Amino acid sequence: MKRLSLILAFLTTASSTQAEDWRQFRGNQGNSIATGENLPTELSGGSIAWKVELPGRGVSSPIAVKDQILLTASSGYDEDRLHVMSFDAATGELQWDRQFQATGRTGCHEKMCVATPTPASDGERVFAFYSSNDLICTDMAGNLQWYRGLGAEYPNASNSLGMSSSLIVIGTTVVAQVESDAEAFAIGVDTVSGETKWKIDRPRKANWTSPTIMPASGNTPALALLQSSAGLAAVDPETGDVVWEFGDGASTIPSSSVIDGTVFIPSNGLTTVKPAADGKSVEQVWNSSNLSPSTPSPVVLNGLTFTVNSAGALSAGSIETGERVWQLRLKGPFSGTPVVSNGHLFFFNEKGLAFVVKPSADKGEIVSELDLGETILCSPAASNNALFIRSDGHLWKFAEQF
Amino acid sequence: MKTIAVAIAAACLISTVQADEIDVIKSVGDFSKGTAEARAASDALVKGGSRNLLPLLKAFNGSSVLASNWLRSTFETIADAEIKSGGSLPKDDLLKFVKTTSESPAARRLAYEWLLKRSPQLEDQLIPGMLQDPSPEFRRDAVNRLLKVAETATGDDAKAAYRNALKGAVHEDQVKKIAKALRDAGDEVNIQQHFGFLPSWKVIGPFDNKDMKGFPVAYEPENTIDLAAEYDGQLGKVKWVPLSTDDDYGIIDIGKQLENYKGSLMYATTTYTSATDQNLEFRLGTPNAWKLWVNGKLIFEREEYHRGTRMDQYKVPVTLTAGQNTILLKICQNEQDQSWAQDYHFQLRVCDSTGSAVPPSSNTAKRDNATGVN
Repeated sequence: MKRLSLILAFLTTASSTQAEDWRQFRGNQGNSIATGENLPTELSGGSIAWKVELPGRGVSSPIAVKDQILLTASSGYDEDRLHVMSFDAATGELQWDRQFQATGRTGCHEKMCVATPTPASDGERVFAFYSSNDLICTDMAGNLQWYRGLGAEYPNASNSLGMSSSLIVIGTTVVAQVESDAEAFAIGVDTVSGETKWKIDRPRKANWTSPTIMPASGNTPALALLQSSAGLAAVDPETGDVVWEFGDGASTIPSSSVIDGTVFIPSNGLTTVKPAADGKSVEQVWNSSNLSPSTPSPVVLNGLTFTVNSAGALSAGSIETGERVWQLRLKGPFSGTPVVSNGHLFFFNEKGLAFVVKPSADKGEIVSELDLGETILCSPAASNNALFIRSDGHLWKFAEQF
Repeated sequence: MKTIAVAIAAACLISTVQADEIDVIKSVGDFSKGTAEARAASDALVKGGSRNLLPLLKAFNGSSVLASNWLRSTFETIADAEIKSGGSLPKDDLLKFVKTTSESPAARRLAYEWLLKRSPQLEDQLIPGMLQDPSPEFRRDAVNRLLKVAETATGDDAKAAYRNALKGAVHEDQVKKIAKALRDAGDEVNIQQHFGFLPSWKVIGPFDNKDMKGFPVAYEPENTIDLAAEYDGQLGKVKWVPLSTDDDYGIIDIGKQLENYKGSLMYATTTYTSATDQNLEFRLGTPNAWKLWVNGKLIFEREEYHRGTRMDQYKVPVTLTAGQNTILLKICQNEQDQSWAQDYHFQLRVCDSTGSAVPPSSNTAKRDNATGVN
């Protein structure tokens, strides 16, 4: 009976995101789901629509706004040259590359780089963020709109291993988490003026997770979910007020995902919670120690949640119970979170191996594999039936062959 | 005559407006101060086109990094539009600017990179003469060219090229490569001196830092540096002892040279004699929590443990006075038991903003002088 309900859930669960644009880390809703896309499931040389060279280094993911692919990079001996770039989504042509000098610290663990956080957009502006805590806003043509040197404003809020938290945009607020052992805060910045709307203290502990979005529901507006070693806080993006908290601790590397009102938190393995009726607290649905994610964040497809452990094993669990129902050995390790689209999971491991996995209720199958031959640590982006991925050296577009 | 007067007046007016707009950009500040005004000024300068390129570059001198980024962005917007519309940049003016070493290194580099887009041959013309340039980026390029020469040469020719390259090298990777080649060839290289590390200190401790509670505690050395004093420490009486290093990178290793006292903190002091009143950088590397005082003034403090360390991990601007300046460091160790969390050391060098060592004034450069420190 349990198996039957799983199969039914697999067949009937619909995702909640519309995604022609892919405006921020792990998509518009920050849950890696690309709804309505038809991504190429047979990855091969023929599915590479274009590949372009990039300057310097970068671990950040691309984002897509209309016909533009926006990306960041950092270059120079000290990686103190910050790039914001725009590429033509159709051709890969570089449209503009604006460069800035970092105002904050640029030291990082060699696996990371200064351009690790993923930029975000509200459709009219690009917001770029870096390990140096430089927060830069340009318009879509690359004209500087405002510049916040959070590294200079708060010089102790840095991590000698590097900072990786990406931005989210909710309404007219850009939310950034700037959390380290020495100083930690979250900040809401006005998208138009660059002025601080709010700034709240956060647990003083190194934190590489990214904020995600709890979509609006009923009378409750969309909330920013801020994860840390202490747990998860839901924050009003207009005021910084904490609306509810989950206090059972959480990982400081993989981030939470929200799917259909359920929050999947990398906490004590994987824990799901739902807001209570009053919207001021959350109730735990289940906890599973068998679904503990390593660096990639949890994703959901057709009634199953998926996590990848440090050995590269993909685990599928029921979103109803947290019961692990199958595992599939992939070649790890993985840093990026897979994209979920047209019934498949699109993975890229750290060595540049791409896997397309077709999951069903009782098993997972690798339907396509491609070796890109370069280190890839970012999460892919999906837009207009195409998949975008970057290494330090290149940006690729994958699309169905014509 | 009237026409000429009008034209001159118009040119003066344009120039004044341009200067006003650049001043607006230069006054942009932290916390978004002056952003709306800077954006409007930038838009106006962009509309003025390529005649504003040189004034924008000249404005880098004396500007904050934040303001320089506004200037840079405005410059790039103008230059990008000019090139995309088939126009040209004022090559002669930009070239002259690149060669003017009193201008901002960042602005000169910006001009150079835009010139290179149309005139890549300029690299061969300009870079070989930039080994001692104030810009670390130009120096790096010049050193790289010499390294290529050295790698294809042999014997004394190779050594001479490496020696020459070392004169300009300010980056660790280049210095390491040069030093290895020269040492392999039997030459001596003093990396420690090249980078300006301070190798001789007096240290005192351990003081209590159990549960990391010692960081905010002002033990006696924070109040007075008395090198003859004896205090109650964590494990008994403590007094100042000399600690020096021959390490290439000036690492004073408390854990190895003394003991890895878990949950403790140490103080280290030395002096640096400055030839003049000047602004320099102290560049510190340590995996431990730390506080730094210069001449009794707390310059910076940072409570982070074991998140990695490297040369030039922290670049701390300092204002030194002519004569002897006293440096005091507080270095804290916690009680983490992981193998990667056992380091207890620091390295500190004195340099200018390009990373070039600024040695102490020569009349006091001797080690172990009357004060007991360098």
